[in-house]
Amino acid sequence: MKLRVNGKEQVFDGDPQMPILWFLRDELQLTGTKYGCGQALCGACTVHLDGAAIRSCSVPMLAAADKHLTTIEGIAGDHPLKQAWRDHHVPQCGYCQSGQIMQAAHLLKEKPRPTDAEIDAAMDGNICRCGTYPRIRAAIKQAAGAGS
Amino acid sequence: MSVLAASRRTFLRSSLQAGGWLLSLQLLPGGGLLAAEVDANDIWQSNLFVAISTDGQVRITCHRSEMGQQIRTAVAQIVCEELEADWSRVVVEQALGDPAYGDQNTDGSRSVRRNLTRLRQAGASARLLLRQAAAQQWEVPLEEVEAVGHRLAHTASDRSADYGELVAAAARLPLPEAEQLTLKPRSEWRLIGHAVASVDLDPVLAGTAIYGHDVRVPDMQVAVIARPPVLYGRIKSLDDSAALKVPGVSKVIRLPDLEAPAAFKPLGGVAVIASSTWAALRGRQALQIEWTHGDNASYDSKVYREQLLASVRAAGEITREAGDAAAALESAEQRISAEYTAPHLAQAPMETPAATARVSKDGAEIWACTQTPQSTRNVVAQTLGLQPEQVKVHVTLLGGGFGRKSKPDFSAEAAWLAREVGKPVKVIWSREDDLRNGYLHSVSAQRLEAGLDADGQVTAWLHRTAFPPIPSTFDPSADKPSDGELRLGFNDTPFDIPNLRLERGSAKAHVRIGWLRSVANVYHAFAVQSFAHELALAAGRDPKDFLLDLIGKPRHLDLTGVNYDNYGDPIETYPIDTGRLSNVIRIVAERADWSGKRKAGRHLGIAAHRSFLSYVATIVEVTLDEAGNWQIPQVHVAIDAGTVVNVEHVRAQCEGGSIYGLSCALGELTAVDGAIEQGNFDRYRVARMRQAPRAIDVHIVASEAAPAGVGEPPTPPFAPAFVNALYEAGAERVRDLPVPLQVKRRQRA
Repeated sequence: MKLRVNGKEQVFDGDPQMPILWFLRDELQLTGTKYGCGQALCGACTVHLDGAAIRSCSVPMLAAADKHLTTIEGIAGDHPLKQAWRDHHVPQCGYCQSGQIMQAAHLLKEKPRPTDAEIDAAMDGNICRCGTYPRIRAAIKQAAGAGS
Repeated sequence: MSVLAASRRTFLRSSLQAGGWLLSLQLLPGGGLLAAEVDANDIWQSNLFVAISTDGQVRITCHRSEMGQQIRTAVAQIVCEELEADWSRVVVEQALGDPAYGDQNTDGSRSVRRNLTRLRQAGASARLLLRQAAAQQWEVPLEEVEAVGHRLAHTASDRSADYGELVAAAARLPLPEAEQLTLKPRSEWRLIGHAVASVDLDPVLAGTAIYGHDVRVPDMQVAVIARPPVLYGRIKSLDDSAALKVPGVSKVIRLPDLEAPAAFKPLGGVAVIASSTWAALRGRQALQIEWTHGDNASYDSKVYREQLLASVRAAGEITREAGDAAAALESAEQRISAEYTAPHLAQAPMETPAATARVSKDGAEIWACTQTPQSTRNVVAQTLGLQPEQVKVHVTLLGGGFGRKSKPDFSAEAAWLAREVGKPVKVIWSREDDLRNGYLHSVSAQRLEAGLDADGQVTAWLHRTAFPPIPSTFDPSADKPSDGELRLGFNDTPFDIPNLRLERGSAKAHVRIGWLRSVANVYHAFAVQSFAHELALAAGRDPKDFLLDLIGKPRHLDLTGVNYDNYGDPIETYPIDTGRLSNVIRIVAERADWSGKRKAGRHLGIAAHRSFLSYVATIVEVTLDEAGNWQIPQVHVAIDAGTVVNVEHVRAQCEGGSIYGLSCALGELTAVDGAIEQGNFDRYRVARMRQAPRAIDVHIVASEAAPAGVGEPPTPPFAPAFVNALYEAGAERVRDLPVPLQVKRRQRA
């Protein structure tokens, strides 16, 4: 099968049931997308499939055929979310943050000016054990302001 | 294979000097030795922590593991401060595991407090050598050579040079003595004590930062292991035929059965070796294994909880005593008792354990997200029958640690398998492995009794604690709380009560017990600070004022005769100063507008606790709806950690440590038939965005006292402040953790 990852065409001829996560990490060495639970329970593996946030640990490769995947490596360094993450010193260990940013990017695409409740609902599936939640909220709000 | 030889730079003239140098770095400096020479890459390794290249780039070595506390940034700040280097020309390199650095076990909240002076000296030493080199070259007095902003300058002769230009000359000079070093006065600090952005921020945001899971070495195989579900369980039968048919799976290997004590040894089980992670995971699913569970199969957490309660309902072994608590309880006007229990917890860092090993006949090389590269080195050496010097341990970034990664078992697994397979092997733990086969935070029960006089003063205090101890992991006969754990918020109870008695009860372990962020302080602070609130209500007092009265007048707690080691640091430097504890309570109450908000009907809970030599007070505000759903609109934290290096790091640790404390109040691992039931985040609850406080206000007490711990102290006071707030809001008293997402409301009278 063919697909595009961060704009670049890729070919995959392995097990179509393999979760997208392992294709990104093991085959493309795009290791910014993280394993956290393997069951779509923590959000560390969040990427965009044709623009929608998905948990790549639980979506098989066959769902990505002829589609576009975007990973953290495909989000520009000066993206308003990454800038807001910098401004608010959001990351501690950093491990979950690529998933947080990908989830937040999807949220802002759907709802450019999210309310607190909408942020909570959208981000509730992304666990951060370092406890950066208040800063994530603040950074999303800043990025939402910047994007308007 | 010392770190010096292991680095690309060999810069010492002889092994004799190397030995002297390594020793000198513990003390700094090493008098009389030639410092170094510039190597083939034009780099001068001035000392263990500082290298400068001829182009002026400064390379600072961080010997502590980075797991989110930003120690790599803090170490660089400290060194750079004294070196007077330009922050934009500094890079941080991660040290290998090597005793030359001194302690590298990144736990116990001690990276800054044990290294601040040493690292300042390392920076000052390199700076003095640069100044001496300039003075020699320019033939001017040393006193007239300044080193500021990455430049050496002699004003009188109008000469100046970049640090890089003097590197070759500085490298030929003898190392200075400690007495020759002048450290900058605190008033001139421009980096220490200030907020500086993390040196790892950009790679993290780019997705290029390398964690343990991200390591890749040529010809590497991936391994996952089916471990015995019950501690010391064994394989009865194994059918690996289906697993071996999975494309990509190359081998199935039985690990040796685990013999007690578990310590840091592999748990045993069956490893599936494959060319990819997915193949390894699928292969493991296809294994057919029957286990012999052994004695620990009797472990049932419901039954065990009753046993722990029985233990604290009977007299235990006295660990601290003052006056006559029994008599004072008998004669008290009001006698109050309560029992508190807390379940097993998992550290559950977002990144599960992962280690990559390459083994040859000459030695082994490990890449791991480890908090403890030196014990990793030792355990790998033991596993393979090597000398520690033959094992090279690279430390990746850690996707969280919280104590889990200070156990080097996963590196031992990778090393053993790499030798068996004859190729490099990366072992990764799934989340299920992490929750079901970990080193658990201990389950605990505590009973407290207090006597109040007619004025509501506490005259008697009896506290009993029972939990399976961490030493049981290293000696299965250890069946009562250890002295080391009782020093964590139990024997050091800071209350000024004339009749006080502390006792421990027995508790046998059936799982591996390990340390988790702030360790026994978590459940001890939960019980003590909850009980203080209960007593305040019984006495009809404001809980904050009552807590201050319990702590009493400012004094240094005298624990003469009590087994207490003050977190390994001198009590003279770090007294148990009740005045500082009371101070953070007053500050947090003021910042939270404690009295005003309470009058306005808001629901606030307070708790305060000293741990890892720091003082933290926390106020949690909750809202509670009619159905018992709670939210946390605001948290206030005041911390006195003495001298701090990066205020932004301290703020972040207070925020994150509070939320970790919240998770400690929400989580629960249970065992049935000796096996842990919860396998993933669906059943093991941790705080998510919805539960997280909406705002966390942090106040850092300005202090010139000796630096104390920061990573752990914000965690213990959170859970008691939270349950105290829930009670204030009308919930039933939560004495048995976890706190459910929907609590029971008290019946209104």
